[in-house]
Amino acid sequence: MAKITASVYTSHVPAIGAALDHGKSGEPYWQPMFQGYEFSKQWMKDNKPDVIFLVYNDHATAFSLEMIPTFAIGCAEQFQPADEGYGPRPVPVVKGHPELASHIAQSVIQQDFDLTIVNKMDVDHGLTVPLSLMCGQPAEWPCPVIPFAVNVVQYPVPSGRRCYNLGKAIRNAIESYDEPLNVQIWGTGGMSHQLQGPRAGLINREWDNVFLDRLIADPDGLASVPHIDYVREAGSEGIELVMWLIARGAMSDQTPTVKHRFYHVPASNTAVGHLILENN
Amino acid sequence: MSLEKPYLDVPGTTIFDAEQSHRGYHLNQFCMSLMKAANRERFKSNERAYLDEWPMTEAQKQGVLARDLNRCISLGGNIYFLAKIGATDGKSFQQMAGSMTGMTEDEYRNMMIGGGRSVEGNRVLGEDGDAQPQHQPQGAAGRAKKNAQLNKAV
Repeated sequence: MAKITASVYTSHVPAIGAALDHGKSGEPYWQPMFQGYEFSKQWMKDNKPDVIFLVYNDHATAFSLEMIPTFAIGCAEQFQPADEGYGPRPVPVVKGHPELASHIAQSVIQQDFDLTIVNKMDVDHGLTVPLSLMCGQPAEWPCPVIPFAVNVVQYPVPSGRRCYNLGKAIRNAIESYDEPLNVQIWGTGGMSHQLQGPRAGLINREWDNVFLDRLIADPDGLASVPHIDYVREAGSEGIELVMWLIARGAMSDQTPTVKHRFYHVPASNTAVGHLILENN
Repeated sequence: MSLEKPYLDVPGTTIFDAEQSHRGYHLNQFCMSLMKAANRERFKSNERAYLDEWPMTEAQKQGVLARDLNRCISLGGNIYFLAKIGATDGKSFQQMAGSMTGMTEDEYRNMMIGGGRSVEGNRVLGEDGDAQPQHQPQGAAGRAKKNAQLNKAV
C-alpha cells in the first residue's frame, strides 16, 4: 500500500522564484534565505519520494473569477508553468500522477469532501516555488506531483478545522492505494504577510513561531484558530497558512520527527517559514 | 439574517469577500486578460481604448489609469488580480505593495528588511498604529502632507 512518509511546509513567495531564475540567489539579500534550504535540498536527494502531493493556492492564474473551486485536485498527465504576467518561469513541466490523483479524488469525495477535478490547468508560483526551493534547478523535477489547489483568495476560505480534517481524508485515500508508493505531502504559503492597503508589509514573528510550535505539537488545537485571528495577527494574506493544516492532517497520529525548521524575514513582503516533518 | 463579517474592523485592510468580488468582477477580469502577452501589448499601446472594451465603471478605469491600487481595491479589485497590471508595468510585488502605503520604494524596502510592519496598534480600528486611517499616507507622502498643512497654517 502507498504511505505518507513525510510532510514539508514552506512559503511560496514569487520573488524567491524570480531571484533563482535571474541568478540572484547568492546576493546578500537572498543568501540567508536560500541558506535555510540547503539542508532541505540534501534531504530531498536522500529521501526522494515517488509522488509529491502538493497543497498550494492559485493566485488568480488558472482560476479567474469565472470559477472559484474551494478544493481542486489536478488529475492531468502534466501541468505547464503559467505566465503570470512576467512570462512563464523557466522551470520544468510538472508531471502529474493521474492514477493516484483519480484514486484520491474518488476516495476523498466518498469521505464527504467535494473536490473539483481538474484535467487541464497551468500551475503558478504557488506550486513551482516550493519545488525550486526543495529541488534546486534540475532539468526535470525528481518525481510526479499532484497539484491540490485551495481557494484562499476569495472569502470565505475553508476553515482551519476543515483543512485539517481534509488532510485526514487524504491520508485515508493514499493509504488505500494498492501500489507501494512513497508519498510526501507538502503544505505551502504564508507565513505572515499582507500585500494590500496601508497595512501592507505586516510581519508577526512571534505569532508565526507559535504557529510552527503548534503545527508540530498541537495541530488539533491549532485547527480551531478562526480566520479572523490569521487576518489580525498574520496579515490578510497570512490566511494561506490554513493550507499547512491539510498537510499536517495527513500525517499519522504519532508525534512526527522534526527534521528541519527555518524562519527568515523578509522575502520581499513575506515571512518565510519552513518545516520538514517525518512520520513515525 | 445578516452575514457574519468579523473582518470589517481591521485597519488598512479590505477582505475580498463575495460582495467585493461581485463589485470588482469586470475590473478583475480585465486584469486577468493581461496574462496574455498580446493583450499586454495592446493595453500598453492605448490604455484607455483597451479599458473601454470592458464593462467597468468609470471610477474603476480611473483607478487603473492612475495605478491607484488602494482605490482599485475599494472598488472591488483583488491584489492577486491587480498584480497583473504591475507585472505589465514591470513592477515587483514589493513595489506594488509599497505603493499602497505612501512610503517610497526605499522606505518600504527598509521597513521589510527591518522586520516588517509591527502588528502593535494595527489589530483593530481605533488603535494608534502606523496603518490606522489617521496616519495615512505614511512615509514621504505623509511628511509632504504634514509640511503642506504647516505651511498653510503659517
